[in-house]
Amino acid sequence: MAERSFKKEVEKLRLGAGEEFHGEGILAVTKALLQSGVSYVGGYQGAPISHLMDVLTDAADILESLGVHFEHSASEATAAATLAASVNYPLRGAITFKSTVGTNVASDALANLASGGITGGALIIVGEDYGEGSSIMQERSHAFAMKSQMWLLDPRPNLPSIVRAIEEGFALSEATNTPVMLELRIRACHVYGRFIAKDNVRPQFTLKDAMETPARDVSRIVLPPASFLHEQEKIQKRWPAAQEFIKARGLNEFVADGAQDFGILLQGGMYNTVVRALELLGLGDIFGNSRVPLYIMNVTYPLIDDEVRRFCIGKRAVLVIEEGQPDFIEQNLNTILRRADIQTKLHGKDLLPMAGEYTAAVIMKGILQFVEKYAPQLLEGHRLPGVLQPAVQKPAAVQKVESEIHPRPPSFCTGCPERPIFTAMKLVERELGQHHVSCDIGCHLFSILPPFNLGATTMGYGLGWAGAAAFNTGETQKRTISIMGDGGFWHNGLTSGVGNAVFNKNDGVLVVIDNAYTAATGGQDILSSQADNRNRTTKLSIADAVRGVGVKWVRMVTRTYDVAGMRDLLKEALTTKEKGPKVIVAQSECTLNRQRRVKPLMKQLAEQGNRVVRERFGVDAETCTGDHSCIRLSGCPSLTIQPNPDPLRKDPVATVLDSCVGCGLCGEVAHAAVLCPSFYRADVITNPSRWDRLRNSFARPIIAFLQRRLDTRLAGNAA
Amino acid sequence: MDANVTTESASVISANVKAISIAILAMGGEGGGVLADWLVDVAEHAGYYAQSTSVPGVAQRTGATIYYVELFPEIVSDSGGKEPVLGLMPVPGEVDVVVASELMEAGRAIQRGLVTPDRTILIASEHRVYSMSERTAIADERVDSQSLLEAGNAAAKRFVHCDFARLANEKGSVISASLFGALAASGGLPFTREQFANAIRGGGVGVESSLAAFEAGYAAASQPAAIDHAAVSPPAAARPRRLEDLIARATHEFPAAGHEFILAGVRRLVDYQDERYARQYLDWLAPIHDADAQYGTGDFLLLAETARYLALWMTYEDAARVADLKIRRTRFERVRQEVRARPDQIVQINEFLHPSVDEITDILPARFSRFILRTKPLKRLVERFTGKGRVVQTTSLAGFLMLYALASMRHLRRQSLRFERECKLIREWLLQLPSLAAEDYRLAVETAECPRLIKGYGETHAHGMQNYIAVMSVLGRLRGKPNAADAVRRLREAALKDESGKILKQTLQEVNA
Repeated sequence: MAERSFKKEVEKLRLGAGEEFHGEGILAVTKALLQSGVSYVGGYQGAPISHLMDVLTDAADILESLGVHFEHSASEATAAATLAASVNYPLRGAITFKSTVGTNVASDALANLASGGITGGALIIVGEDYGEGSSIMQERSHAFAMKSQMWLLDPRPNLPSIVRAIEEGFALSEATNTPVMLELRIRACHVYGRFIAKDNVRPQFTLKDAMETPARDVSRIVLPPASFLHEQEKIQKRWPAAQEFIKARGLNEFVADGAQDFGILLQGGMYNTVVRALELLGLGDIFGNSRVPLYIMNVTYPLIDDEVRRFCIGKRAVLVIEEGQPDFIEQNLNTILRRADIQTKLHGKDLLPMAGEYTAAVIMKGILQFVEKYAPQLLEGHRLPGVLQPAVQKPAAVQKVESEIHPRPPSFCTGCPERPIFTAMKLVERELGQHHVSCDIGCHLFSILPPFNLGATTMGYGLGWAGAAAFNTGETQKRTISIMGDGGFWHNGLTSGVGNAVFNKNDGVLVVIDNAYTAATGGQDILSSQADNRNRTTKLSIADAVRGVGVKWVRMVTRTYDVAGMRDLLKEALTTKEKGPKVIVAQSECTLNRQRRVKPLMKQLAEQGNRVVRERFGVDAETCTGDHSCIRLSGCPSLTIQPNPDPLRKDPVATVLDSCVGCGLCGEVAHAAVLCPSFYRADVITNPSRWDRLRNSFARPIIAFLQRRLDTRLAGNAA
Repeated sequence: MDANVTTESASVISANVKAISIAILAMGGEGGGVLADWLVDVAEHAGYYAQSTSVPGVAQRTGATIYYVELFPEIVSDSGGKEPVLGLMPVPGEVDVVVASELMEAGRAIQRGLVTPDRTILIASEHRVYSMSERTAIADERVDSQSLLEAGNAAAKRFVHCDFARLANEKGSVISASLFGALAASGGLPFTREQFANAIRGGGVGVESSLAAFEAGYAAASQPAAIDHAAVSPPAAARPRRLEDLIARATHEFPAAGHEFILAGVRRLVDYQDERYARQYLDWLAPIHDADAQYGTGDFLLLAETARYLALWMTYEDAARVADLKIRRTRFERVRQEVRARPDQIVQINEFLHPSVDEITDILPARFSRFILRTKPLKRLVERFTGKGRVVQTTSLAGFLMLYALASMRHLRRQSLRFERECKLIREWLLQLPSLAAEDYRLAVETAECPRLIKGYGETHAHGMQNYIAVMSVLGRLRGKPNAADAVRRLREAALKDESGKILKQTLQEVNA
């Protein structure tokens, strides 16, 4: 069960021709796939395309009615290999994942696919996780398109353009026998807008047809001599075909060409920001009208030599706006201009920064410098936007605050079952000293941040244990600790980490954090999910899988909140005489998913008159001395500070917010770390049973009597 | 890729037609997305193009994130024959409305340049969600809310602020609803209150409570000045008859500058032990007062700080004190209130206690304690009782009686081992203050503040005490040096900087050098 439900929104996928669709970019992508007669879709979740997978999951009924097969691929490599269905058959297929990390994983299959080429349209929708909001290394998908020769679409970030890119993308793919990549930046994935829908199309040639009348063509398989022919074919046939198709369909756009003897070339994805920059510089308006000629490359690979020459010839200079590095497009443009001996001066990364996100301010600065160089008169009389004006002395109050703002990185949620594992590791550190900790990708990577500060490296999804492979020597008794999430485990960690450790006789410790979902990507189901899932096989055991590849020392923890137990188990794993790989499967359900499941259920039970206990933690401000060691061992968002109610004390006291879900960690930490007696757990009992009432009515009068005695002692003292 | 943008000649530029720009800064899970969705709904119903986007990523896991919305009237667009091209990210200096779900997020918007005095209406909740570094500090490293408010006033064209979290809470809703009300009232957007409210009605989930919070937010933002300064002053403490003598003595013998802490101290000591103990407190303060009067600067800083820390130290937290605080009627009531229990619900309170052997022997009469600690089998017996953490249900009869009995050990406190130990340390500290004041008044004040290092329980307390002793041990060497006061302050701050004690160690070396 994913974090966000699209059950309501997917109804929009049923819209017919002429109806107006309103919604998020990712939902529009799904609609465009259905309008294009797609036969199958695969992918692996991850921001910013997680919602695409969730939409498809929730649209199971609609997909079924159109004969579309949808898979949660085991990895991006699986997703890419799925496109093999389009090699021999006129089946349209699409896959999606987070890029560049997903594209890295997929690239083996993508390279094979691109070499042999395809018959049915093959579309690879990559969520370009670059710039603000990104959680991965800053690289470009562009390189993958170039190295395997797949066409790269980078459409203007509005719904009509994105939808058209998908429709034309399939056609381009089929016309050139080449897989096509569609790059969507983070904001484009989440952009809300509208477009006029078309009817959904049920594919004429179906998966059934393919399976019942199999076809093969050995010349499409990557094996010599075919592989050498593929390379020639790419250059001699597919490349020119792509140039022709893109020109004929007008996929790239010209605006105001002829208006000046200079112009701007831009990636389609940069369009809205460039238009805003021009508007603010007085060189354009909100409708996209421009006083500067624009060449909008909705296809960024290949570049269309004819169009580039046409745009540049007769111009004194052009500026290319290309986000990210290396500057592949600029280099390519230079080649095209040199070959044609066109003397137009090419600007790009000389006026714009080589690296980093191209925000409106960055682009505006670049365009300003460019126009100042070639037509300063265009800027006359226009008041420059504030961000381009010379910095003025800010008010003192503003300066003071600017230096005081703290960063607010993501962190473990309230009640997260992963947090206590790292609390336990902190406690082990106190006793056994520091260990080398190799991290993985997932929510658990937040352990590298305060308050835990645990973890030295992360080498990729599922590669937590592989990242510690070198630390395998008999010269020390000290062991390494590796972390892996259940998502990464099934993605590849079972072989790359566990199998590798068994084979190479690693003596390290692996903690598999099994919260029953790929939690960081939005709580999607995986093989070991504990939820019932009509369309998927779940409830498989990670421990069994680990034993299956030969690990002897395997321990299970089924309640990670048991900090003392977790601590002792980690200590055992790190100190046991037993040699060989050691795996701890730490199992507790992701609290976001659990709350979503349990909360409505509790409410319903309470309304039906059943006994329901809600647990919540609290801190007694009077006994809290404000040293905050409890927070340093937890970091829970619901465990925070408040002003000290005691006039004599300066330091704020700890407090538990109402968002507490009663996970129990506070109490466990207070015990395991011998902290302080300030924590209490309140059990709030709705519809108390007869036994509850009996106990209560027995204890209460006596307690009340003794409390009155205390009141008498304290009477008249308002401390 | 629509064909209609492809034009071959320079187009006519429609200057001065701008989109309305709204940035919403929130933390993951706060409903920033819901707020943006409502806004889109309002705009579309009112005949506007609405485009919203966000960069949630992993920021949804409690990190800071930003939602961005642009609006443009369809009627203007129709007359131009083209759809507007709306921005995907806020441009510094070009934002009409900034909504911040929390005060430091408002500060972040200012830091990013999104709030400018010529244009931006800033709507922010005054409450704080403390950052990790504010929360994990050993002492107090909170960013001052007042300076955040002042920055808001300085940076924005108009600054609408109020505790919108509290408003929403009171109506059983979430902050997005009350902020939406404030947005409606801010006058920054061309829509009516009713149009805003309709968006909530259309949402379908929790409509009643959301609307109530919306109205509360609307009302608050309509009269920000009133909300601004309606600071709730605490009710004047009643003068308890029982303490009249003590209070009279305190106010008579000590200058007004010290009254706040001294009176609070007196009350605390009576609460902790008895009137006799409070009299001892005043006796101990007398020489400090004399020294301050003689060598001080007239503001009685030494007296005030000594009064503060002496009261806190004399009321050190032992097991009896903790039990005493846990079993009170007022505490039971407070817990019920804090967990929002309804009258028909039963609330059971469970304490997480983990007393060590020392903490048990601490509260027993000294001779008895020493006997236990010397006699191995006895010590082991106590260890068995204390070895593991215990959960005691104070609302059960057995749990209550146990803590009641423990609280009664208060009567034996003056004979206890811990009392002996603490009194010795307190006297050592107090005794040197007058002579320090005579030599170097500032040094005396800094020294008076050193007991701040001693806090917590068990290991944390032992660690704090070690730090305190380490700082006090260099005092002798510092005396007479011109920068002695600063050195003590630095040492104290260093001790509160990190748990490992590295920074203190390093600072000690520097000071000793």
